[in-house]
Amino acid sequence: MDLALAPETLARWQFGITTVYHFLFVPLTISLAVLTAGLETAWVRKKDEKYLRATKFWGKLFLINLAMGVVTGIVQEFQFGMNWSDYSRFVGDVFGAPLAFEALIAFFFESTFIGLWIFGWDKLPPKLHVATIWTVAVGSILSAYFILAANSWMQHPVGYRLNEDTGRAELTDFWRVLTQNTALAQFGHTLTAAFLTGGAFVAGIAAYHLARRRHVPVMRASLRIGLVTMVVAGLLTALTGDRLGKIMYEQQPMKMAAAEALWDTEAPAPFSLFAVGDVERGHNTVAIEVPGLLSFLAHDNFSDEVPGINDTNHALQERFGPGDYRPNVPLAYWSFRWMIGFGMSSAALGAAGLWLTRRRLLLAPELRTGPEEVPRPALTRRRELTGLPARWFWRLVPLTMLFPLAANAWGWIFTETGRQPWVVYGLLQTRSAVSPGVSQAEQLVSLSVFTLLYAVLAVIEVRLMITYVKAGPPELTEADRNPPTRIGGDRGDPADADRPMAFSY
Amino acid sequence: MQLTDVWFLVIAVLWTGYFFLEGFDFGVGVLSGTLARDRAERRVLINTIGPVWDGNEVWLIAAGGATFAAFPEWYASLFSGFYLPLVAVLVCLIVRGLAFEYRAKRPGERWQRNWERAVFWCSLAVAFLWGVTFANLVRGVPLDSAHEFTGGLGDLLSPYALLGGVVAVVTFTFHGATFTALKTVGDIRTRARRAAGWLGLAAGGLGGGFLLWTQADGGNARSLAALALAGVALLAALAATARGREGYAFAFSGLLVVAGAATLFLALYPDVMPSSPAPEWSLTVDNAASAPYTLRIMTWCAALATPLVLVYQGWTYWVFRQRIGTRHLAPPAHAAHPAHGAEEADGAGTGTGHGETAHGRRAPAAVEGGEPREEGPAGSATARGPRVPS
Repeated sequence: MDLALAPETLARWQFGITTVYHFLFVPLTISLAVLTAGLETAWVRKKDEKYLRATKFWGKLFLINLAMGVVTGIVQEFQFGMNWSDYSRFVGDVFGAPLAFEALIAFFFESTFIGLWIFGWDKLPPKLHVATIWTVAVGSILSAYFILAANSWMQHPVGYRLNEDTGRAELTDFWRVLTQNTALAQFGHTLTAAFLTGGAFVAGIAAYHLARRRHVPVMRASLRIGLVTMVVAGLLTALTGDRLGKIMYEQQPMKMAAAEALWDTEAPAPFSLFAVGDVERGHNTVAIEVPGLLSFLAHDNFSDEVPGINDTNHALQERFGPGDYRPNVPLAYWSFRWMIGFGMSSAALGAAGLWLTRRRLLLAPELRTGPEEVPRPALTRRRELTGLPARWFWRLVPLTMLFPLAANAWGWIFTETGRQPWVVYGLLQTRSAVSPGVSQAEQLVSLSVFTLLYAVLAVIEVRLMITYVKAGPPELTEADRNPPTRIGGDRGDPADADRPMAFSY
Repeated sequence: MQLTDVWFLVIAVLWTGYFFLEGFDFGVGVLSGTLARDRAERRVLINTIGPVWDGNEVWLIAAGGATFAAFPEWYASLFSGFYLPLVAVLVCLIVRGLAFEYRAKRPGERWQRNWERAVFWCSLAVAFLWGVTFANLVRGVPLDSAHEFTGGLGDLLSPYALLGGVVAVVTFTFHGATFTALKTVGDIRTRARRAAGWLGLAAGGLGGGFLLWTQADGGNARSLAALALAGVALLAALAATARGREGYAFAFSGLLVVAGAATLFLALYPDVMPSSPAPEWSLTVDNAASAPYTLRIMTWCAALATPLVLVYQGWTYWVFRQRIGTRHLAPPAHAAHPAHGAEEADGAGTGTGHGETAHGRRAPAAVEGGEPREEGPAGSATARGPRVPS
């Protein structure tokens, strides 16, 4: 059978496509839930209508995105059993528990309270209503934690023993699975990256409207929130990424050597900026490097040894028997660079934007703008950004929306393909994890069905998003300004029985 | 009672909860394509489950996750064995979920009609597929000695399994009809009540036949008791429907779903997935289960989380207890801001310009402010307008 159609390959393509796709929506869900909740909290506390309008606007985009995240998430849970039944048999004891926790604790929170939030504007008093979206946010963050703990166990299995009789991994220490450093670092890195994504989303759309001088009060506040989120989250993403990288150097040296296309062990090891390599012969033909930087990334000093791909492969062969333990090196190398490149440029753009649109700091009074005006980007104290650069600034900020999405996708592609040939590092190889009973025809059917369906839905979703982005924040109604004081809506007024719902599908 | 038995019970409860809750969602979806006479009524039906369908669906995710954790072998054999039906279930659940969320997000007639069709067909298909799946699960499928499914799609489509699919559709639609009667006002309520009577009789005939077949095939005393309970529940639901006691009717149609699911699970126990070629190759609560440590942790989780879930999901139903009819439907909500008259509150002075894009197309905010003309019966259009504050 042609290798391109090997069951393992088909199952991996399906997992890759559905997971990367699902993860386009997840980070936005997490961060927009928190940002929307923050905006609604500002409305409840300050009673400034621009916050309510902002809540409704971002909340709407959040919901369009959330719907996609929710429905594509079901596939994620099912396909472990469908395409990876031998994996499921082997790890279910350990891996299933965080998944069940995720459903029982996180998803129920998220899905129940989102219904209350969507339909509850005229049913719940404001403080209770804002509590529902906070619960949604907590639920989404919890779900991220549980699933990342599960994934971390695949990266670095702990808290288990191998049962010789059944040939399965059995859980011995659930607490360790939940709190091992891989899980905590991955959670930190993924969560901060999610906020970078949401910050860029909010800043980008706000800049789009501000460039057209529309909806200024709402969008000005949103721009600032977005940019601050980008800068803070960007910085934290870099820090947590550095931490995660160091952990990976200990736990999966092969992945990190591949990320650097470092074929031979070196001390001090250089950081590669650009490389063209020969995988068969195991060396780079072209390499531009920064000396010693890789040693620093791995070990916090500029001299320590970093093991290379060839040596690591030999070490793994001695440990696990003959075989090729190298992942796809060019893919690991480039996905690692795309992840960092897109993430860093997004954070840098956020920092630049935050500086250019600052309100008072080192800014001449004549360049300062009020909350009702479009900010005037200023390079220095007295020098305003005008003409072409200013136009480019307002164009570039919307463009950066896409950067973190790309960084997230490349990050997952890196961490999952970089672990190959293992599905559970050191325990189970990917080719032994697929469903033996599922035919290639069945796999092809599901792969094509999901790919086609997801492509169509992407078109629908993006067009819907664009429509709602362009429509801008809604005007407030009397019902918005007079929220109910009692749960279930105010009952005193007999006319209320016939009052239209504040929201209906 | 051993932990493995406890977990069989928990998973049975999760699936049963799923069928109880999403059962009426599916039923409402089917009725939206059959009972509803126009788009306004279809909207009413969709909105009766609008706030709750997503929370209901999580019962499925919880059942799947719990099966993975507590019975990995069962999860692996079930999900890989029922591969193509589950692909169809997933596709339908994806489209159906988006249909609820996206249908009202654009005003276009075609857009909304297409999503409404998706609600109907996907609800129908998923209900049918779950019926087929569980019928096969109870009956047994070709599993080899390694508990690997060796059959093909044809093995899953026996007459018994197809009957199971039809029974699921009819029973869920009956359950959905009693729910509709309980949750709506106006003409649709009367018709839902009438339909509930007929659907109840059909559910009794077909479901009774299916459960008796199950009982004759592999039943025991306990499943017989559940079957009897299902019969009582059905009669009580029919009697309550006939007397217009909608709350009781819904409670009893729910009990019918619960008792029906219980019959299946009790007939299944202590197997979790019987092997049709050789009983000794069957997956049972013992050979499919996780190690005791995992089960203990999961027990704590389920014991703490499930009651909490029941409390806040119950509270959600209480918050949205009000009946709805065509007159309650707001103009599509995101356009709750009036498209006319309002001054642009933003200082930038673009007027209502956001209703127009640069290309001269109208953005939804302006369009969706008013109901499309063709929608709704005469008379309800005015009642549905935004209430003028007094």
